[in-house]
Amino acid sequence: MRVAGCDIGSLTAKVVILKDQEIESKTVQRCVSTPEKSAESVMDHAITQAGIKLADIDYIVGTGYGQKKIPFANHTESEITCHAQGVFALLPKVRTIVDIGGQDAKVVRINDRGVVSRYVYNDKCASGTGRFLEIMADALEISIEDMGTYHDQAKEKLHISNQCVIFAESEVISLINEGKETPDIVCGLHIALANRAASLAKSIGVEPKVAFTGGVAKNSGVFKALERSLKTLLEEYPIDPQISGAYGAAVLASRHIQ
Amino acid sequence: MSVVAGCDVGSLTSKAVILKDKKIIASAIIKSKAKPQQSAEKAFVQALSDCSLDQADIQCCVGTGYGRNQISFVNHVVSEISCHAKGALWLMPSVRTIIDIGGQDCKIIKIDKTATVQNFLTNDKCASGTGRFLEVMAQILNIEISELGGLTQKSRSPITLASTCTVWAQADVIKHLNDGVPPEDIAAGINAAMANRVSILVRSIKPEKDICMTGGVAKNQGVLSVMEKILGQRIKKIRKADPQMAGAIGAALFALEKM
Repeated sequence: MRVAGCDIGSLTAKVVILKDQEIESKTVQRCVSTPEKSAESVMDHAITQAGIKLADIDYIVGTGYGQKKIPFANHTESEITCHAQGVFALLPKVRTIVDIGGQDAKVVRINDRGVVSRYVYNDKCASGTGRFLEIMADALEISIEDMGTYHDQAKEKLHISNQCVIFAESEVISLINEGKETPDIVCGLHIALANRAASLAKSIGVEPKVAFTGGVAKNSGVFKALERSLKTLLEEYPIDPQISGAYGAAVLASRHIQ
Repeated sequence: MSVVAGCDVGSLTSKAVILKDKKIIASAIIKSKAKPQQSAEKAFVQALSDCSLDQADIQCCVGTGYGRNQISFVNHVVSEISCHAKGALWLMPSVRTIIDIGGQDCKIIKIDKTATVQNFLTNDKCASGTGRFLEVMAQILNIEISELGGLTQKSRSPITLASTCTVWAQADVIKHLNDGVPPEDIAAGINAAMANRVSILVRSIKPEKDICMTGGVAKNQGVLSVMEKILGQRIKKIRKADPQMAGAIGAALFALEKM
C-alpha cells in the first residue's frame, strides 16, 4: 500500500509518501506562482525521488492553505486535523502541539485518541510567525539557518521590547548601531518569538506533553527558548518538523484505504 | 509681552513653535535625529532664527513628545496627550475629539471646552494605523509619503488590501504592483486600509463633534475622506496652522501658563 500527503502552505509545499506506513519519500519546496503549480512540482520531485509514478500512489490527501487547488488529491482535510494526526501517529502521548510556520502560528490541543479538542490560530499578525525571523535575519545580514548556532553563542541577555515586526526591526537596527553582538540580538529575538507563541498556547491551556512543529521548530534556539517560556520540555520530533502536516495527511490517506 | 516656546520631539519628526502674545511668530519641523536632544535643538534653533530671536528671549519653554525627558533646555515637560488636547483646542475651539496620527502611534483624545482630557486611546504597539504604515507603503511605491494623498485622488478603482498587518500588506502591495495595477489605485487602497484601521479605534471611544485630525497624516486627504465615510461624521479641517504642529503649540501654551 502506498499513500501520500500533500501540504500546500503559503511559503512552502510539502509531500510525504508512505509505503506500508513507512516514509518512502519526502520533499519540501518553496511555493511557486500558483498552488496548482506548487503541488505538481513538489509531487513530481517526491515521486521521482521514490522512483515511482503518480499512478502508483493509491490515495492522496491534500491539506494546507492551497488544499482546494491540488489537482491530484483524492480528498482534503483541514491543516489542524492533519497536524494533530501527524503528531499523534508519531508521539501518542502529546496533548499540545505548537506549530510555527512561515506565515502563521497555531496551537492545537488533542485528546488521548488524537481528536482535536481546542485550537487557536494566528495568521493576522506577522509577529509570532516565521516571517518575524526572516525579516530579522535580513536586518542582521545572516542566514536564517544559522540563527540556532548564533543563539548558543549569546552572552548578554537582551530584551526586545516591541512585538510588532515593523517596530522590532527598527529596534534591532538600533541595537546593531549601539554595537550589540549578533548572537545576543538573535537570542533576544528567539525569546520574543517564543514568548509570543507561549502566550498563544496559554490562551487555550497547555497540557503536557508538548510537541513543537513547523519550519521554525528546526531552529534550535527557538526550541530552547520555547521550553523556557512554557516551563516544560518539548518532545523530540522524530521526523522533519516542517513535514508534520503532510505526514498527517498521509496517515489519514492510509486510514482511508484500510 | 510674552514670548514662549514649545518643542515636540516625535519619533519621525520634531517640531518647535514660538508664540509671541499668543500668536505664532515662528515654527520649524525637522526629521528627527538619533538623539532627542539633537532633534529638539535643531528644531528650536531653526525656529529662533526664523524670527531672529535668541534663546535668552524665550521666557519659558515646554517640551513634549516621546523624547521630552531628554531635552536639556526646556523649563518643563508635559505629556503628549495634554499638549495635543491644548494645541488642538487652540487651533479649533469647537473640537471635542482629536484624531492624532503620528509617525509611530495613533491617539484618539476626547476633550471638553477647556481642553481637559475626558478619555483617550492610543495604539503604539502595532505599526498598522500609524504613520509608519504609510511610510513603509510609500517606500514600496517609491514615492514620498506626502504624495500618497494626491495620488489617491486620481484613482478610479482602488484595490482592497486583505491584511491589516503592515508586513502582510506590504507583500500584498508588491503583488499588486507586479500584476501591473496602477499606482494610484494601490495608493487609494493603502489610504483606505489606514482609514479603516484608525476608524476602529475612533469608534470604540464614541467620538463627539467636532472631530479634527492632527499630525502629519491629517494632510492626507485620501485618509481623511475615507474616514469620514466610515464614521459617517465630518472631520473638520484645521486651517489656523499646520495640523502637524498641534503638540508643539500645546506645549507653548503650557509654557505661557507656567511662566
